Amino acid sequence: MNTKKELQVSAIENGTVIDHIPAEYLFQVITILGLDKSKNSVTFGNNLESKILGKKAIIKISDKFFKDEEINKISLIAPHAKLNIIRDYKVAEKKIVESPKKVVGIAKCMNPKCITNVEAVTTRFQVINNAPITLKCHYCEKITDHKNIEIV
Amino acid sequence: MDNKSLVSIDDYSKEEILEVLARAAQFEKNPNCNLLEGKVVASLFFEPSTRTRLSFETAISRMGGRIVGFTDSSSSSVTKGETLKDTTKMVSNYCDLIVMRHPIEGSARYASEVSDVPIINAGDGANQHPTQTMLDLYSIMKTQGTLENLNIFMVGDLKYGRTVHSLLMALSHFNPTFHFIAPPELEIPRGYKIFMEKNNIKYFEHSEFNDIINDADILYMTRVQKERFADPLEYEKVKNVYILKNDMLDNTKANMRILHPLPRVNEIAVDVDNNPKAYYFQQALNGVYARQAIIAKALNL
Repeated sequence: MNTKKELQVSAIENGTVIDHIPAEYLFQVITILGLDKSKNSVTFGNNLESKILGKKAIIKISDKFFKDEEINKISLIAPHAKLNIIRDYKVAEKKIVESPKKVVGIAKCMNPKCITNVEAVTTRFQVINNAPITLKCHYCEKITDHKNIEIV
Repeated sequence: MDNKSLVSIDDYSKEEILEVLARAAQFEKNPNCNLLEGKVVASLFFEPSTRTRLSFETAISRMGGRIVGFTDSSSSSVTKGETLKDTTKMVSNYCDLIVMRHPIEGSARYASEVSDVPIINAGDGANQHPTQTMLDLYSIMKTQGTLENLNIFMVGDLKYGRTVHSLLMALSHFNPTFHFIAPPELEIPRGYKIFMEKNNIKYFEHSEFNDIINDADILYMTRVQKERFADPLEYEKVKNVYILKNDMLDNTKANMRILHPLPRVNEIAVDVDNNPKAYYFQQALNGVYARQAIIAKALNL
C-alpha cells in the first residue's frame, strides 16, 4: 500500500482539475481545450501511476471553469476523465465527461477516400454510439469506431 | 447549404420518394417540355461515366435546358490543382443546378455546402448514387404497381455494391422482405443487418442461387467484381456460381422482373434477354424519366 499523501501536481486554490486522462493523450487534450493558448496558469503531470489506466495524466487549470460542451470534446480520447471543480482548495463539485451528439473538427475520418482527407474540410460526425464511442461521417457516411479514432 | 440538393437517398422522405416517382410517370407520358428553358445546368464529371452522363444530359435536353461542363477531370482545372471547393463555387456562379460525379466519397455533400445552387449527386465514389436508386424504385413501381410488401432478391456483390445498399435503405419504407444471395466474401455488411433488425425488416441470407428465386417479385442482379477479391482463387471459385440462366426462370412468378444496374459482364446469360421477365434495358430508359423528375424537384419547377 502506498500511503504517501504528497501531491504529484501541486494544488490550486480555484479552478478545474482534469484527472484520469490517458497519458498518451495529454497534449491532445491540452490542444483541444485550447490550454496551449490560455493565459491562466496551467500545471500538469504525465505518466503518473493509475490503477485504472496504468499511466495517466492530470491537468490543473487555475481560475478556469469549463462549459459542458467545451469539456465534452475530450470525451473522444479521454472517456474516463473526471473533473474536480476546486474552490478555496476544496473539491466543490465533481463532473464526468459525457459524449457529445455531434463532433465537429476534432476527429479524423478513418476512410482514406473521404473528402475530409483529401481537401481542407472541417470534419463533422454524428455520434451513433456512446460506449464504445462510434462516429458516422457527415460526408462519406462511413463509420469510424473507437479503435480508429484519431484526433486532428 | 441548399436543402433542395439530392446527395444521399436518405435526403428524401417516403412522401418525397412517392412524389418524385409520380412525377417521373408524368415525364414518361410527356418527356419533351420546356421546364428548363432559359436554365443552365452544369454537368461536372470528375470521372467518366458515360451511361449516367448521357442519361442526365438526355433528361436536361428533353426539358429544354442548356448544358455546360466537362466529361472527365483531365479537361478541367482540377489538373492545375484547383480544389473541389473552388471549382464548385465558381461553377455555381454560372448555372442554376449542378449535376456532379466525383470519385471521392462525401464530395457531393461537401459541394452542396459550398454551392449556392442545388447539387444532384451522380455518384460519389463508393458512397451514394441516389438517382440510380430512384430509377430502380421507379422500375419496381412500374412493373409491380406498388412498392409495398414485395419479395426482393438481391444477388451478387452485396458487400461493395452501393446500388444494393441505397436500394435497401429506400425500400425500408415499404415493408419489404429481402433475400440476399452472395458468397460469404461478399455478404451484406453488418451495419445494414443491424439497420434491418432495428426496423423490423425481414431478411434471409443464402449462398445458393437456385429455385428459392421462385418466390421473388424482383430479382436484382449485380456484378461480382474481380478486383474486390484479395485472392484470385477465391474469385475463380465464386465467379460462375451466380449466373442467371434462362431455364432458372421457368417456375418464377409471372410478375417477377429482373433488374440490373448495368453494365453486366456474364452474370446474366444472353439467352435471358429475350425473356419477358428481363427488364434491365427498360430500367436504364426509366433513368431518364426519374432524373427529369429529380431535376424538376431540385429546381422547384
